[in-house]
Amino acid sequence: FLPLILMCSNLSDIISTVEFNHTGELLATGDKGGRVVIFQREPESKNEPYNQGEYNVYSTFQSHEPEFDYLKSLEIEEKINKIKWLPQQNAAHSLLSTNDKTIKLWKITERDKRPEGYNLKDEEGKLKDLSTVTSLQVPVLKPMDLMVEVTPRRIFANGHTYHVNSISVNSDCETYMSADDLRINLWHLAITDRSFNIVDIKPANMEDLTEVITASEFHPHHCNLFVYSSSKGSLRLCDMRASALCDKHSKLYEEPEDPSNRSFFSEIISSVSDVKFSHSGRYMLTRDYLTVKVWDLNMETKPVETYQVHDYLRSKLCSLYENDCIFDKFECAWNGSDSVIMTGAYNNFFRMFDRNTKRDVTLEASRESSKPRAILKPRRVCVGGKRRKDDISVDSLDFTKKILHTAWHPTENIIAIAATNNLYIFQDKVNSEMH
Amino acid sequence: MDTMFVRGLKRKCFDGEEDIEGTLAGIKAVPSYNLQRQSLLDMSLVKLQLCHMLVEPNLCRSVLIANTVRQIQEEMTQDGTWQMINAQNTGQASLDRLVSTDILCRSSGDQAEGKHVPAYGTFNKDFESDQAQDGSETMSTASSVQAPRNLQSNMWEEMENPQENKGNFQKSLDQIFETLENKSPNSVEDLFSEVDNSYYDLDTMLTGMMTNTKMGHCDSLETFSSPTNTASNSNCKSDLNDLDHIVEILVES
Repeated sequence: FLPLILMCSNLSDIISTVEFNHTGELLATGDKGGRVVIFQREPESKNEPYNQGEYNVYSTFQSHEPEFDYLKSLEIEEKINKIKWLPQQNAAHSLLSTNDKTIKLWKITERDKRPEGYNLKDEEGKLKDLSTVTSLQVPVLKPMDLMVEVTPRRIFANGHTYHVNSISVNSDCETYMSADDLRINLWHLAITDRSFNIVDIKPANMEDLTEVITASEFHPHHCNLFVYSSSKGSLRLCDMRASALCDKHSKLYEEPEDPSNRSFFSEIISSVSDVKFSHSGRYMLTRDYLTVKVWDLNMETKPVETYQVHDYLRSKLCSLYENDCIFDKFECAWNGSDSVIMTGAYNNFFRMFDRNTKRDVTLEASRESSKPRAILKPRRVCVGGKRRKDDISVDSLDFTKKILHTAWHPTENIIAIAATNNLYIFQDKVNSEMH
Repeated sequence: MDTMFVRGLKRKCFDGEEDIEGTLAGIKAVPSYNLQRQSLLDMSLVKLQLCHMLVEPNLCRSVLIANTVRQIQEEMTQDGTWQMINAQNTGQASLDRLVSTDILCRSSGDQAEGKHVPAYGTFNKDFESDQAQDGSETMSTASSVQAPRNLQSNMWEEMENPQENKGNFQKSLDQIFETLENKSPNSVEDLFSEVDNSYYDLDTMLTGMMTNTKMGHCDSLETFSSPTNTASNSNCKSDLNDLDHIVEILVES
C-alpha cells in the first residue's frame, strides 16, 4: 500500500471523529464545536480522470450545541464523540451522531429537481393574476442546483448519566446501542423515549469503582452479540439472548500481565481505547496505549497477534503521565479485507501493519511533508544508536500532534486521517493509476 | 553518597525505631525509588483534584489515576514506608515541588544542583530499573517531599477509631468519586492551605474533596488545614501501634 495524498482539508475546529459510510461514497467528520461535515466522493469521469476519487464537501450542519446541566452545575460539551452511519435503505442517508449525553439521528436528503410551471403561482411564488391564466399546465420537474438538506429525525436524550463513548448500529438495522463509562443502553431507532439498559457496571458504592467501559461495538453479522472493552484491558463478549441484563459476559478476553514489564503505569497503558470487529466478524482489534492487538473470538486467553505501535514510549511513561498524554485514546481500523490494520500515534504519525507479510510502516500526515499527489515517505523513529538521515528522535516527537481518529474505506485502499483540524485523505497509488 | 546521608538525617523516617547503621546500605539504594514513588503519588493526587472543572471530569482518567494512587499506597504499606512519614511541616517546599510537576521530565543534567526539583528528572531512567541515583539530587527534594506526606500522615495519626481510619484511608479517593457523582459547591477543606498565597491560582482548582454528605468525616480533614500537631507526632513509637492496626485492616480489605 503506497499511499499518496489525495486531499487535505482544513476544518474550523478540532476533528473528534471520522467515519466512512457503508459504500465509502460519503465520509463524515465531527468536530469539537458540535459540527458535522460530510464529504462526498466525486464519481468517476472520463473527462477528468484525475479528479475522480476526490472527496469534496457535501454538507455541513450543526449537530449539537453546548448545554448546561443545571442540576450538576456542569457544562455539557457539544463535541461530537462518535458518528455512525445507518445502512442506506432508500434515497436518503442517515447517520447517528452523539456528544457526551445525547444521540441524534440525522437524515440527509438531496434535492436536485424542483417543480416548475405552477398554474397559480409564478416563478417567484407570487400569486398570478388570474386573468392572465388562459390554460392549464402540468408542472414539470426541472433540474436545479443540488441542495443537500439535513434534518434531525430523532433525538435520544436522557439515556446517560455518564459520558457516551461509543455508539454502534446493530446488523438488524433496527436497533443500536450507546455506551457510557458505566452503562450500555439498547435503543430502537424509531423510539426515543425508552431504552433498555443491557450492561451496568456501576458499583453500589461509587467508592468501589475501579473499572469503566471504554468502548463497545455490535458484531457485524450476529445481531445478538456485542463486545465492550474496559479500562483494565479486558474485553467482554455478551449475548443478548442469554439475559436481559448482560452483566455476565459470555466470554472474557484478557491477556495476563507480563510480570517483567510491571510498573505503576501497567494498568493505565493496558486500558483499551478502541475495539473493532473485523469485517469477517471472526476477529476483534483492540488498541491500548502502546499496542494494537488482534483477538480471535474463539480464544479468550490472549490475542493472536500483537503489534507495537510506539514501544519507544515505554521508558517515557512517567512524563506522559505527567502531561496526561498517557490518557490519550487512539482509535484503530481494519482495511476492507481485514489484512491490514491501522492506528494513529504522535507527531502526526500513523502506523499500518500488514497481518500477512508482518511488515509495518510509519507515515506522517502533515502539510509540510506532503504535496498533492506525492507519495508519502515512510518515517522512522530512532531510539538512539544509529540514526539515519530523516529519522526523528524520540525526544523531538511532538506530543501535541496526535492522530487519534482514523478510518478506512470499506472496500478500497482509501484512508481518512484526522490530524487536529486537518482531514487528510490518502489513496493507494496503484488504485488511482488503474482508473 | 555521604552528603546524601547527612541531609537524610533530617528525615525522621529512620530515627526512633530503625537501626540507622544497619539500614544504611539499604537507605542509599532505596530512597530514590521511594522518593520517586512518593512524587508519583503526589502528582496523582494533584491530578485528581485538578479535575474539578467546568465540564464534568473524565471518569476513565479519574479512575485510572485513583487506581494508581491505590497501588502506590498499597505498596507503601507493604513496604512499611507509611511509617516513614514524619512530623515536619515543610509547606513552603511543597509549593515548589508541586509547581515543578508541570515541567516535563528532564534529564538529570538539566537540573541545577540544590534546586527544589522533583525526582522526575531521573524518574524516566531509574524508576523501572530501580537504580540508585545521584544522591545529592534526590535528597535535596527529600525535605520538600515531606509535606504532602505529612498531610496524609496527620490524617492517619489523629484518628483514634481504627474503623474510621479504614474509611479515611479510602477517603481521598472516595470523595473524589462522590464529588464526581454529585458535584456541589464544596466547603473548601483545602489540602494545601498552608501553602503561601502565590499558589492560589492553582488553589481555585484545588477545591475540597468533601461533599456535604460526608461531613461526618470532616474532623480528620481539619488536620490538613491546621499546622502540624507536633504533640502527637513527636513520638513515632506510640503511633506505630495505631498504624499497624490500620495496616492490618487495610490488608484485610
